[in-house]
Amino acid sequence: MRETNMKKILISLLFLLFGTSAYADCNIKSGSINILANDFPALRTFVETAKGCKGSADFKVTHSSEHNKIAVPALTANPSEFSARIAANSSIVPLMNQDLIRPLDDLVKKYGKGIQDSQLITIDGKIMAVAFMANTQHLYYREDVLKELGIAVPKTYEEVVAASEKIRASGKMQYPYAAAYKAGWNLAEEFVNMYIGHGGEFFKAGTAQPSINNAKGVATLNMLKKLAGLSNPDYLTHDSEAIKVEWESGNVALMTLWASRSGTLLDDDGDAKITAATKLTGPATVAGGNIPAATLWWDGFTLAKNRSDADAEATFRALAHAAANKKMVADAADQAVWLIEGFKPGPKSIGVIEAVKMKAKPYPMLPQMGLMHGALGSEIVEFLQGKESAEQALKDVEAAYMSKAKEQGFL
Amino acid sequence: MPNKTFFWFFLPTGLAMILFIGLPILSTGIQSFYAQHDQVVKEVKKCDPFGCTVSIVVDQEKTSKIREEKPLGKFNGFGTYVDRNHLAIEEIAKFWNETNSFGEFVDQVTNLPFYKALIFTLTYCLFVTPNVLLLGFIIALSLNAVTRRIRGPLIFGTILPMIVTPLVGSLVLFWMIDAEGIIGANLQMLMDDPYLSLKSSKTLTWITIIIYGIWHHSPFAFVVFYAALQTVPQEPVEAAIIDGASRWQRVRHIVLPHIYPVVTFVALISLMDNFRVFEPIIGFSAEGSAQSLSWLIYDNLVNEEVILFGSAAATSMMTIVGIAILLAPVLIRTWKEFRTAR
Repeated sequence: MRETNMKKILISLLFLLFGTSAYADCNIKSGSINILANDFPALRTFVETAKGCKGSADFKVTHSSEHNKIAVPALTANPSEFSARIAANSSIVPLMNQDLIRPLDDLVKKYGKGIQDSQLITIDGKIMAVAFMANTQHLYYREDVLKELGIAVPKTYEEVVAASEKIRASGKMQYPYAAAYKAGWNLAEEFVNMYIGHGGEFFKAGTAQPSINNAKGVATLNMLKKLAGLSNPDYLTHDSEAIKVEWESGNVALMTLWASRSGTLLDDDGDAKITAATKLTGPATVAGGNIPAATLWWDGFTLAKNRSDADAEATFRALAHAAANKKMVADAADQAVWLIEGFKPGPKSIGVIEAVKMKAKPYPMLPQMGLMHGALGSEIVEFLQGKESAEQALKDVEAAYMSKAKEQGFL
Repeated sequence: MPNKTFFWFFLPTGLAMILFIGLPILSTGIQSFYAQHDQVVKEVKKCDPFGCTVSIVVDQEKTSKIREEKPLGKFNGFGTYVDRNHLAIEEIAKFWNETNSFGEFVDQVTNLPFYKALIFTLTYCLFVTPNVLLLGFIIALSLNAVTRRIRGPLIFGTILPMIVTPLVGSLVLFWMIDAEGIIGANLQMLMDDPYLSLKSSKTLTWITIIIYGIWHHSPFAFVVFYAALQTVPQEPVEAAIIDGASRWQRVRHIVLPHIYPVVTFVALISLMDNFRVFEPIIGFSAEGSAQSLSWLIYDNLVNEEVILFGSAAATSMMTIVGIAILLAPVLIRTWKEFRTAR
């Protein structure tokens, strides 16, 4: 165990030594680059690649899982603390709402060689972000357990429930299913996935009026409750990291988890038998629907508006170097599903690729969606605890959302 | 100390308090009366790696013009205070008219976020404060009775819960009560119920947080009481012993009256602290089952991708009012004593 770790450190050190010399100096003469990003392996690789191009520019980076809490205040300051923010479909919205990021059209034209058109996020005809990787939540299963009990790989959540019940009945595992149901953002995300799988719409067309208190909303909640009943009773405190630990200790046979976590799940750490039996498959559908009960996500970089043009230019050149880097994509092929040219999907990318094939919908990029997400995270808890009806829970979500949306001026 | 001397003595502290406490509270108060401007949105085409859709965005040109004219936002008066996520005046009136029984009405009201949080906060105060006083006093009395030689290490051990950072303390307990932790697993064995989970049940979560609160705050009460016990005069105690007073009678009639002002002080500080209960909720990941007023403020500021300054400010102001109401009886008595003393 220690030896493999040592080996890893050595290899990464060697990689760093030779890696950096392999990067072309992108000839950036001045400016200062400061990046705010979430913290997972693929983003570290991406930022590290950008660093290889920094030339004589000043380079700083903050990797934090609390990035959402820092982003808006830090970019509101003038000059902004960060020159770039690595964002996703949901986290770009508050930046857009507050007008904190700049259009990238000129920079893409000048320095964007190698960036594919499909990587550009355009809003109202202006390029606002450059995406470099895709993510989604999909199913993971234990091949050995399913085989032993003669269960086919589930394709729908109904089959997930049936399979989990069978595993529980066999006495092999008490809580065979896991998903990140931690009250708050994670739980709301599960609702969003399941509701989209049911074909639901969050708002009345063209308005910010909520419309989740309907038959699809009730069906969504009932499915979440069934799955929660098959999960560890502490599910309301479990985030992605916690269920990963559950999986690695062999307590779980079916799990819905982010694709970006597959790398750490399938690495050499932990029980080799469990790792070998861990298999990935696409996201499940629900209630006879065609589209999966999952949302597609992209991660991309945006540039702060409140920062000098020189800094923006330097930052863009460094990040664009990474966002069109075939070598990085080849070296780190199993860290993420890269949207960059030259990416050859490996076995760890199955989830996202299946999701795209099944026409999964992207997470809704609406200005008021964050408020809905927040209201969901706290108001559906009591339904899962069996303290109120599904209708009441959905009514509460709508009411909580409306008060917040009124305060924010959306209604 | 004459009042005039006291005034000059207090002046620097007073100024700092105005600057760092008074003014921020004032600014929070002003903020709570404002809401965001009406958002001007427009339909645009959005394209990402997964395809193009027609969707809405905030119209920045128009919005920035409105923002420049009135940077504070739209005046909302007590609008935020009475909306559903706070005092919910309208909703309560509606429930009153629509519900058939009082129990149903109470159910509906306690389902509102503010009242839900208020009930937890008050329950926490109600159980933790008296228990902290009692436990702190008992520990102080017992430690005062042990021989001097081992008193030092004992005192250090006793105040440890207070030294441990609240978040760390609650995290340690959180892992211990996990279904696979030392307390959680043993409880399951003891109760012979493999589905028993301290974290999934609301009542058990509340009890856990309250026990944690007592554990964490008792050392403070103990330290103050222990110091006060050192000032109890020995003559009356010895006289009482000669008169044949029992240990309990001595405590009841000599020690307690002597340290009474200190008890009031500890009760006051404990009440204030407990009303702002926050860390254990985060440490225990108990957001699902227990929300306090402070947690509501935190939630408005960080848990949403959109920061709700108005909501957070309104809840802050109401927390201040809540503490003032709780402390009112004690403060009024102190004021009366001050007046009579003059």
